Amino acid sequence: MATQHSRSAARIMISPAVVLLLAWMIVPLVLTVYFSLLRYNLLMPGTERFVGFLNYKLFYQNPAFWTAMLNTLLLVGGVLIVTVVGGVLLAILLDQPMWGQGIVRILVIAPFFVMPTVSALVWKNMFMNPVSGLFAEFSKAVGLQPFDFLTHAPLASIIGIVSWQWLPFATLILLTAIQSLDSEQMEAAEMDGASPLSRFWYITLPHLSRAITVVILIQTIFLLSVFAEILVTTNGGPGNASTNLTYLVYARSLLNFDVGGGSAGGVVAIILANIVAIFLMRMIGKNLDA
Amino acid sequence: MARAVSTRRKVGYTIAAWIIGLAIFFPILWTILTSFKTEAEAISSPPSFLFFQWTTENYSTVMERSNYFRHFWNSVVISLGSTVLGLIIAIPAAWSMAFVPAKHTKNVLMWMLSTKMLPPVGVLIPIYLIFRDVGLLDTKTGLVIVLTLINLPIIVWMLYTYFKEIPGEILEASRMDGASLRDEIIHVLTPMAVPGIASTLLLNVILAWNEAFWTLNLTAAKAAPLTAFIASYSSPEGLFYAKLSAASTMAIAPILILGWFSQKQLVRGLTFGAVK
Amino acid sequence: MTKTTRALMGATALCGMAAVAQAETLTIATVNNGDMIRMQELSSAFTEQNPDIELDWVTLEENVLRQRVTTDIATKGGQYDVMTIGTYEVPIWAAQGWLVPLDDLPEEYDVDDLLPSIRAGLSVDDTLYAVPFYGESSMVMYRTDLAEAAGIEFPEAPTWDFIKEAAAAMTDKENEVYGICMRGKAGWGENTAFITSMANSYGARWFDENWMPQFDSEAWQTAFSDYLMLQNEYGAPGSANNGFNENLALFQQGKCGMWIDATVAASFVTNPDDSTVADKVGFALAPDNGLGKRGNWLWAWSLGIPAGTDAEDAAKTFVAWATSKEYAELVAENEGWANVPPGTRTSLYENPAYLEAASFAEMTLESINAADPQNPTVDPVPYTGIQFVAIPEFQGIGTAVGQQFAAALAGQKSAEEALQAAQDLTMQEMQAAGYIQ
Repeated sequence: MATQHSRSAARIMISPAVVLLLAWMIVPLVLTVYFSLLRYNLLMPGTERFVGFLNYKLFYQNPAFWTAMLNTLLLVGGVLIVTVVGGVLLAILLDQPMWGQGIVRILVIAPFFVMPTVSALVWKNMFMNPVSGLFAEFSKAVGLQPFDFLTHAPLASIIGIVSWQWLPFATLILLTAIQSLDSEQMEAAEMDGASPLSRFWYITLPHLSRAITVVILIQTIFLLSVFAEILVTTNGGPGNASTNLTYLVYARSLLNFDVGGGSAGGVVAIILANIVAIFLMRMIGKNLDA
Repeated sequence: MARAVSTRRKVGYTIAAWIIGLAIFFPILWTILTSFKTEAEAISSPPSFLFFQWTTENYSTVMERSNYFRHFWNSVVISLGSTVLGLIIAIPAAWSMAFVPAKHTKNVLMWMLSTKMLPPVGVLIPIYLIFRDVGLLDTKTGLVIVLTLINLPIIVWMLYTYFKEIPGEILEASRMDGASLRDEIIHVLTPMAVPGIASTLLLNVILAWNEAFWTLNLTAAKAAPLTAFIASYSSPEGLFYAKLSAASTMAIAPILILGWFSQKQLVRGLTFGAVK
Repeated sequence: MTKTTRALMGATALCGMAAVAQAETLTIATVNNGDMIRMQELSSAFTEQNPDIELDWVTLEENVLRQRVTTDIATKGGQYDVMTIGTYEVPIWAAQGWLVPLDDLPEEYDVDDLLPSIRAGLSVDDTLYAVPFYGESSMVMYRTDLAEAAGIEFPEAPTWDFIKEAAAAMTDKENEVYGICMRGKAGWGENTAFITSMANSYGARWFDENWMPQFDSEAWQTAFSDYLMLQNEYGAPGSANNGFNENLALFQQGKCGMWIDATVAASFVTNPDDSTVADKVGFALAPDNGLGKRGNWLWAWSLGIPAGTDAEDAAKTFVAWATSKEYAELVAENEGWANVPPGTRTSLYENPAYLEAASFAEMTLESINAADPQNPTVDPVPYTGIQFVAIPEFQGIGTAVGQQFAAALAGQKSAEEALQAAQDLTMQEMQAAGYIQ
């Protein structure tokens, strides 16, 4: 009856979003794939010519390529681990009775509102700088040699900065999920003499699994293309120690102005993103009846 | 007896939570404090925490040097514009996905999300060329379009998960009463969906405000938002921590204040259907 | 531009564009260096003289600026009317026909007053394509008090061996004084520029006459291991992330014994408002190794006009004003002679008021004159440019090579491994670009 009618209405309503996103995806994608088959350097107009898969071969042969792949995965994985573990612990803590819970929540949520460029600048200059940063001052005060974060642990430092930005997001979602936990179930378990650890393991964690899934999915989308933090702090170095795939593509297309090579890298990055997406959906899709 | 234990616990939780909360907030606090120091004090060793000569000199330097209000206004227009446009496109789409699910709804949704994984640097040149040809470079319209498209998947998904929580029986009932599709959306669904829409709006304003790749690369002077404003204070010659802190504070303050005031609304809808 | 003028202009525009010639807006892309920011502050003098020209400033950090203006000019995006570019970009862009030739500058501009080496760097076939806002070479800046305390007498033209001794003598890590500060941050305009200039004085070169990369040469090995030794033994911590700006801050805070960098820094380190060591700085020429080349580069931040701008005449008026003698006097009047943009005009170095105010003037001029971009190396090369190779591919290669240098500095690689990696990647790029068959 009305179903037929509402089905077609539904199609009409969904179509603007789908058509726009299709256009947004396909137009640049087609152009990118096309450029990736050309020798095309922005600084040398008029020398464009078809070179087949040469750009892909060069991109693949670049010794930085595998480092960048690995760094991309380490960065995503590292930040996910820190934010999920930290977020669960913090959410449990914030769920406890305390004074000033609202204010604490405001403090915890704040980093999420800070622009990535600003947070990277602040961390780099005012905290991690080995001469005048706060961490260096702190080490000197306790008589230690200041640690040079961005030189000797560049990727870990970036993971730290990015985690600081995303921890609030994870905490908020997990906190909302914890608050919906059935307190009777908890109390019953407590009566039965279950230890806090086993209560956490057998009741809280399973309850949170859906929220954790959501956190992982959303953050992965954003973390695959982390860029501003790297550009501001280490420029992908020293060497290639903190170059991820996005940064490598940036270096090709906007430092070398090699549009052909950059586009080939872009296509590779899109393929990687889709592999990760499929993997994610396989792994956690059943958790989400989206 | 039990009461005493619980109070002691409460004190413990309070102290732990405050320490962690302050630690997480500290970098922002430090930036704000530094913005009121002189450049020499900003790098003094050992650093002074509160007892320094407070000055607003950095703020006046920044105001003098850049057209802060123009950047601010551009940020407001771009982030609000793209969010509202995104909602207009996304609400019908999310509605139909939630209430008239088809076989491929889930796939369509996942595909939409996967478009967000497109690395922006890889497609900058094509987009730049297109924008040049249609005259959208350095226009607010152009940025509104790009940011709408970038954030559309998140908007659709957030709304979808929210709409799905609205019980179908209510719709059935109103349909029985002979409500048209239009009435159904306006009178039944919308009021129930307002909290979800509000938090979607907030989240997207935040994301659009902080977007720093497209906003920086597609603008020059006229449409440049606060992200470009920051780029003129990062690593200039000489001492710059205090001025950078002042500019940073000015760039993040509006969204920080908005976020704090509306955090209840934000949190309510920020579940992505994660809470059953 | 004052608020009132802007309001007035708005009003004129609203009034149906009356008889007044419509105001043209110039969009100026510039780097956030001190001298440029000062120009922005003083530009009201220009708009008062030229009420029909309105200025819109886009001030960006150097790397962002370079990326923005290059993308825009190469795609003919047309977002800017005046661009701040350097001696690397000008010849390449001019050859592509991207820049408006500036061969019709007014008589009073006095083109012949521009320093010959700077003018040559901004010209292609004797046609000027950009006008210099300030020019720089590199030199040694050192702390006279620390040198005295260590019992070192600085010659005017030191050798690298002397620099090594001096660095060792001045280093006092207990008190956070590092003997020598040098660029370590990766980037073709950062560590690559410095190390390339240094290597030139060791007899090294980027390419031989057949465009074969030369990083496997002995001269490179010696130069680079000396650089690493100096940085590791006597450099500041975190030097792998220190560029010009970071080192400037360190020197101003009194943490460097010596700093080898751009001559333009001299006015900052001697400015008592910003520098804690303003009255204790001495200057010397960039070091050499007795091979006839000094390790000093040549650079000029310049103003160019992209071809196809819709406000060419207004843009010409502006760039001529910003690089004129008149502008120098305006700065002198407002900020004192020491703060006048250096290194562009002969007349400035003949001006007694300037020579008196700027203790570094003579050394700056001598350094600039000693730089020869046409013959940058001991052995002949197929390219021009001292701290860069003036080919379009260099930005990318130079940055990638800089990453290898930084990796060695951070201790991830040995000097040999880094140079080998630099050799391989340069070879790959040069083959892909068709220089080597």
